[in-house]
Amino acid sequence: MTEGFVSRGFVGRSRDPGERAGRVPPGQYLTEGFPVLSAGPTPQIPLDTWAFTIEGLVRTPVTWSWQEFTALPSRDWTVDISCVTKWTKLDTAWHGVSLDDLLAAVEVDPRARFVTAHSFGGYTTNLPLTDLLNNQAFVAWEYDGRPLEPAHGGPARLVVPHLYLWKSAKWVRGLRLREEDEPGFWESLGYHNRGDPWREERYSGD
Amino acid sequence: MPEPLAWQIGKVTAIRAETPGVNSFTLELPSWRAHRAGQHYDVRLTAADGYQAQRSYSIASPPSRAGEVDLTIERIADGEVSPYFHDVIEVGDRVELRGPIGGYFAWEPPLGGPLLLVAGGSGVVPLMAILRERASAEARPPAALLYSSRTFDDVIYREELDALAAADAGLRVIHTLTRAQPPDWTGHARRIDRAMLAEAIAAAGAEPLAYICGPTLLVEAAANGLVELGVPPARVRTERFGPTS
Repeated sequence: MTEGFVSRGFVGRSRDPGERAGRVPPGQYLTEGFPVLSAGPTPQIPLDTWAFTIEGLVRTPVTWSWQEFTALPSRDWTVDISCVTKWTKLDTAWHGVSLDDLLAAVEVDPRARFVTAHSFGGYTTNLPLTDLLNNQAFVAWEYDGRPLEPAHGGPARLVVPHLYLWKSAKWVRGLRLREEDEPGFWESLGYHNRGDPWREERYSGD
Repeated sequence: MPEPLAWQIGKVTAIRAETPGVNSFTLELPSWRAHRAGQHYDVRLTAADGYQAQRSYSIASPPSRAGEVDLTIERIADGEVSPYFHDVIEVGDRVELRGPIGGYFAWEPPLGGPLLLVAGGSGVVPLMAILRERASAEARPPAALLYSSRTFDDVIYREELDALAAADAGLRVIHTLTRAQPPDWTGHARRIDRAMLAEAIAAAGAEPLAYICGPTLLVEAAANGLVELGVPPARVRTERFGPTS
């Protein structure tokens, strides 16, 4: 038990009582940069071989080419993002398509309750379907007005800003809808199954 | 629900200066658990008014050292947690932390080798834990460390790396100093590039298991370079940091 522990002589940065403070989840600090975290090499994916597929518990599985995908109705998104490695970045600007629109195109089977996002390079992450609906999530191909860099997940990246950023799969190539939950890459390696920064769900059991 | 990774209060029992800006802190832990080389701990500082700050720091010591861990921490000038460690913490102080954390950027002897380790600056810390673990293993896979530092004085663990390499024909340490070099320097004097990566692969052996840790640009360049040189992407594990403060 460590309740009530105070670090001798620790003052910390000046407290920010303003609007920003209410936007930084517990245990996070603000950064102006955009750090890169990933488990392996950055895959280089030519756009002419890129495709995005939604499959599993859907009425009509769909695969879009890059041209088809980026022609879908899309919009700008300005969101705050938090990485489990402790940084939070406010007001990040993206452009992409809402998951609501993507899922409407395949007609989700009512039995579907979970989603696994698959990436080029083999990365996976799992999410409850409800975390992807109601304009909470999108697939982005632009960041700050420019094509999304490979190191940040380009050509296209899932963005689920209300969860820790490992849920926002880089280099995303598709979604599989399922009835049962199945842990993804980090979720199998000790990280929390859901990852809500406001509840500080960093690791299994948090 | 899995058992939560509980916070505990460690006690600082030793502080060692590694370089002018880098210290190693030995923490005695009441609930020590054997880690895997490459893992980290989360540290949480709490001010008197309840304000908290957290950061992650790699474990430098091997898991064979029961009951304690060494965290090697670089002082980041405009940081919040690392300056506290360097400027305030003394032997006998208590620090709140939890771990070990991280399941992918980790090595233990059954994973084998050859091991190809690439480090930039304080990114060498988790790789040192791997080398220390390897040194005490019964079967030691061939290993190479390619290590980029700014200057000679910035090389963390320099003497221990020299000693490890001198005592072990299966370990090769390749240094590069990017900013300044002593007059008698015979190592490399440029950023890590394709030729250096090829040299490291040749020293380690074919189809290496690679671990790369350092600043983002170095890790991107090294990981892409290894893949271009034929190392399968699934054999390349990376840990990247921007400035961690």
